[in-house]
Amino acid sequence: MSILVIAEHDNAELKGATLNTIAAAKAIGGDIHVLVAGAGCGAVADAAAKLDGVSKVLVADNAAYEHQLAENVAKLVADLGKDYSHVLAPATTTGKNMLPRAAALLDVQPISDIIGVESADTFKRPIYAGNVVATVQSSDTIKVVSVRATAFDAVAAEGGSASVESVDIAEDAGISSFVGEELAKSDRPELTSAKVVISGGRGMQNGENFEMLYKLADKLGAAVGASRAAVDAGFVPNDMQVGQTGKIVAPDLYIAVGISGAIQHLAGMKDSKVIVAINKDEEAPIFSVADYGLVADLFDAVPELETKL
Amino acid sequence: MKVLVAVKRVVDYNVKVRPKADGSDVDTANVKMSINPFCEIAVEEAVRLKEKGVVSEIVAVSMGPKQCQEQIRTALALGADRGILVETDDELQPLAVAKCLKAIVEKEEPQMVIMGKQSIDGDNNQTGQMLGALTGMPQGTFASEVAVEEGAVKVTREIDGGLQTVELKLPAIVTTDLRLNEPRYASLPNIMKAKKKPLDTTSPSELGVDITPRFKTLNVEPPAERQAGVKVADVAELVEKLKNEAKVI
Repeated sequence: MSILVIAEHDNAELKGATLNTIAAAKAIGGDIHVLVAGAGCGAVADAAAKLDGVSKVLVADNAAYEHQLAENVAKLVADLGKDYSHVLAPATTTGKNMLPRAAALLDVQPISDIIGVESADTFKRPIYAGNVVATVQSSDTIKVVSVRATAFDAVAAEGGSASVESVDIAEDAGISSFVGEELAKSDRPELTSAKVVISGGRGMQNGENFEMLYKLADKLGAAVGASRAAVDAGFVPNDMQVGQTGKIVAPDLYIAVGISGAIQHLAGMKDSKVIVAINKDEEAPIFSVADYGLVADLFDAVPELETKL
Repeated sequence: MKVLVAVKRVVDYNVKVRPKADGSDVDTANVKMSINPFCEIAVEEAVRLKEKGVVSEIVAVSMGPKQCQEQIRTALALGADRGILVETDDELQPLAVAKCLKAIVEKEEPQMVIMGKQSIDGDNNQTGQMLGALTGMPQGTFASEVAVEEGAVKVTREIDGGLQTVELKLPAIVTTDLRLNEPRYASLPNIMKAKKKPLDTTSPSELGVDITPRFKTLNVEPPAERQAGVKVADVAELVEKLKNEAKVI
């Protein structure tokens, strides 16, 4: 059995979610190969070769893959994937965009967002916004699977010495093109991999008040997230959204400030180790999952918390 | 141009579902069903494109049991022109849905297919991408903005780090994110009018599609329950507990 893991990267850096995906591949068992598809992505390939458990790195370095357009990358993944028993990718927006397309080209029903490996063909995954966990057994000959990064511990980034091979396939479907992107810049840790996450909801009242959370976050080395209500109200950009339709996080400490705790939000954070809720409504559903709840006005509690740390 | 919109009947998003005691499936008996929220956004986007004069006809399609008619009627009341129901009582997995949609795309030849990015029951986030692969159309997934141009569509996508814009040659597939638009409510006169709009029924076998499931659900169970927590009196106690009891700061 051999497993192909699709690396997540931005041509300069290998993204953390890849390390968790390799951990899932190890749980399945078999020879692990990593595909790095991009343009000018040599540094990423070198980083991938050092990962613990990886035996081979395939590099497809071509302008067609520069922006990871699904139309091009999926074709490449399907071409290579037919020789593997499993094809895995992290369940990030890039993985979710490309992997089902590759699976359909292979005539395979993919399994999304797994949180556990039972055996080589049986996986656990959450459905209904995380309110139910399903155990599913795939009958396809190639298992195409996306992996929820927060459910698997990352493998070591050092210690491996995989061979690096270049792949000479250039798939340019010519039906889509990259126009531009607008990335939110932040010095704080990345939301999905941060040890501590502080999130604000509708109770923050406006975008300026998020400053309070940023100050607290800087003190804790935390990332700042938000509920959908805060995003829709325009307080913060949408890439900060935690929930069923945003990012899934599982930090050591999650502090929910002014968030009621709708099912859709809980889906994105209820696997956090310790949950703290600060809310003035003591009936808020968030208190039913919080390890520590503080019923207080956040405008008093957050600054006080900051000074006490 | 013609647009195809796919809509799914799902358990209403406000309902907290529970697995059946025997773990065979989720209990959906006597539970409120609705149109999937992302599909509603897809219908709204198609209707707005029609109001702008870009789109001339909207075809809403749904698959599943007879009751899916209700969701097609909802789409018709919101502004779709006609409906297609692919009726089956068998389990439909995303690959099978994509194959049925492909057959309908071949028949209807729409310039654009708009659908939700995921259904809130299966949470798969697959069907649009798979339809893209099967039809060879480009895909604009997780769209928060759609601009139709001459022979192409510009789609702004929500990605992990922010936003990305891609240009797709038509015909193309767009899957909707929540921020694409705010769906309207159907008015009573429109609900009445929707009852007279045409709704054709077909089946996977008539479309020549094999819908045999590719995975088997062995078990469904509730996720691990979290221990009930404690309420702290003030910030000082909170800090003390986080430091000494939970040891997370």
